[in-house]
Amino acid sequence: MSKLIVNNLSCQRGYKLLFENLSFELNSGEVLKVSGPNGSGKTSLMKILAGLSSFETGSIDYDETKINSERYNLDFLYLGHLAALSPELSCLENLKYTMRLGNDNLDLDFSDALKKVGLKKFENELVGKLSAGQKKRIALSLLFITQSKVWLLDEPFSALDSKAIKIIETRVEDHCNSGGICILTTHQECNIKNMKEISL
Amino acid sequence: MNIFVQTMTRDLKMALRNPSSFLNPLMFFVISISLFPIAISPEAQTLSSIAPGIIWVITMLSVLLSLNSLFHYDYDSGVLEQMVISHHSLPLILLAKTLAHWMLSGLPIIILSPFLGMALFINTEGIYILVLTLIIATPCLSLIGSIGASLVVGIKNSGMLLSLLILPLFIPILIFATSAVSQSQSNLPIDGQLYFLGFILILSLLITPFLSALSLKISLE
Repeated sequence: MSKLIVNNLSCQRGYKLLFENLSFELNSGEVLKVSGPNGSGKTSLMKILAGLSSFETGSIDYDETKINSERYNLDFLYLGHLAALSPELSCLENLKYTMRLGNDNLDLDFSDALKKVGLKKFENELVGKLSAGQKKRIALSLLFITQSKVWLLDEPFSALDSKAIKIIETRVEDHCNSGGICILTTHQECNIKNMKEISL
Repeated sequence: MNIFVQTMTRDLKMALRNPSSFLNPLMFFVISISLFPIAISPEAQTLSSIAPGIIWVITMLSVLLSLNSLFHYDYDSGVLEQMVISHHSLPLILLAKTLAHWMLSGLPIIILSPFLGMALFINTEGIYILVLTLIIATPCLSLIGSIGASLVVGIKNSGMLLSLLILPLFIPILIFATSAVSQSQSNLPIDGQLYFLGFILILSLLITPFLSALSLKISLE
């Protein structure tokens, strides 16, 4: 049973205070949607939780592990604005490398993951030749193979069509039903069961 | 396959699929050196005395040209963020990337340098030492350069800033490498210079991956 507790978090970028005294608690099986206008600090919050950025005050507690520790990095999956795909590599090569960075288990069914996002026949295609939506689908296919417990998804639905959005929503629900935690930022309406929401 | 080998092969694969990223600095190296005999003098005595300096200065500039691409593509695609939050050691990943960079920038220069050295009338002993200094010191250029490249990774058009940051650190290498080649042409002892270059290589190998990792984390904030 995992638990993520964010307590009195404040974030400043340059001279601008993005948010202060932000607190929330997530238990296994819960989804949190972070909303707010552009520039309100949604991406900054995700980067802080992923261990990419620092914060001014407050604390983040996840099962008594420290941010950026090996266990923390293994348990957290961060998919940012950028798809983290190199245009010179094929979809399969990209997925294999990204998973290698996040996990040591290489016996993963990448083909099945690509099939689930509707891009099975593109596995040997260079990412540089794909559309923005297809790239996003490739990046999100990691959700079908990752073993991380906490998912941090920054704008996961941007550039996706309604069918792909439904696939991802269902996957997030399945993940939470099996005891995972998910935090996502989006401007779009999403239909995920038992979703908490905070606004920055 | 561990993360070090996998990162290195990935970078080499990416470079071979986009060859202009490493061929342009290499073309710059060959073209600039071949212009010197035309511009200065085709005489053997004049050229052989300035050849070590020419080859080493152009080597540094061409490595500097290629340094921008060391982290740039991975920053733009978002892969660099995944590297930073990976549970693997970031210095090890960056060392693999830097080694791949050296194989694409330093290694071709080492292979080409005997031919360009002969074209500039460096004698056999001088060419041998030129190659030796390049083998010892080009990895230092990539390693030291990786610190600068990681510091300017998020900055657009950072070529000038990178040069200002890194060139002063390249100067000791330039002094000792050119002096070794020049002195070897006159059959003078060069042990001191080679030891110093070796010392810089060991120091760079031990320190720069950690400094690059630190500056990369600061740049990505």
